[in-house]
Amino acid sequence: MPTLNEYLLMGGLLFVIGLCGVMIRSNIIVILMSLEMMLSAANLTLVAFWRFGGGEGLPADSYNAQVMVFFVITVAAAEVAVGLAIIVALFRSRQTVDVEELRSMKG
Amino acid sequence: MSLLFYIFSGLMLGFGIMVIVCRNPLSSALCLVISFLGLAALFVTLNAYFISIIQILVYTGAVMVLFLFIIMLLDIREEKSKDWNFLAVGGGVVVLFGFVVQLISVLGGYEDGKQKMVPFPEDSSHEDVKMIGAEIFTNYNFHLQVLGVLLLVATIGVVVLSRRQGKEGSENN
Repeated sequence: MPTLNEYLLMGGLLFVIGLCGVMIRSNIIVILMSLEMMLSAANLTLVAFWRFGGGEGLPADSYNAQVMVFFVITVAAAEVAVGLAIIVALFRSRQTVDVEELRSMKG
Repeated sequence: MSLLFYIFSGLMLGFGIMVIVCRNPLSSALCLVISFLGLAALFVTLNAYFISIIQILVYTGAVMVLFLFIIMLLDIREEKSKDWNFLAVGGGVVVLFGFVVQLISVLGGYEDGKQKMVPFPEDSSHEDVKMIGAEIFTNYNFHLQVLGVLLLVATIGVVVLSRRQGKEGSENN
């Protein structure tokens, strides 16, 4: 049976993969996907803490953690919809999705 | 159980790395679908069945279809074989190593985290759909309605943002 630390390690690794994606890639659509990975990693950590929250490997009695995950997933879906609409507007005005080419605010 | 945990977390992390390695955004999106399926399987191993189904329906069902649709609509090709931005790659690798070292050192000293999982108590107070529903519609009812308002605002915002501008130049505000 896996331990809590293993789940936390997997959540942390998924988070850091998403963080590296945000820093390395210049395609704004892939950056948005990496953001989704980071949000999902936080969800995995929340659910893992719920599953081990009762001590001795038992789940917590309260289901607050899963309600929180439910809210996070809903907000993430709304955020993706708005983000993609902004990307479409950006593409219409600049004909690019590459963040390296958006330099109009550089001093 | 333990074997399934390692299989699915390997699937999740491996395809997660593929998301940021692939040059073609379409391949990235499809890799992210598989990564999220692995994550949903991890939720099943944590006995969070409802969250797992929500993850599959919302992320791999709705959000990723939205991503694929936008990639198709904007007709984004594979990036030309442009060199990597070495400053960004170096920064990413530094952050990766710093974060992983910190993660291992924190988790190594976390005594509560060494508890092993025991089989899930299958009694009536641990039916997750019932318990989450009761929690949402009693204690978190106000928050749920705020969330409804948020979704409404997001819908209206998306419609306003994606309205074709330029023909009526004075109207876009």
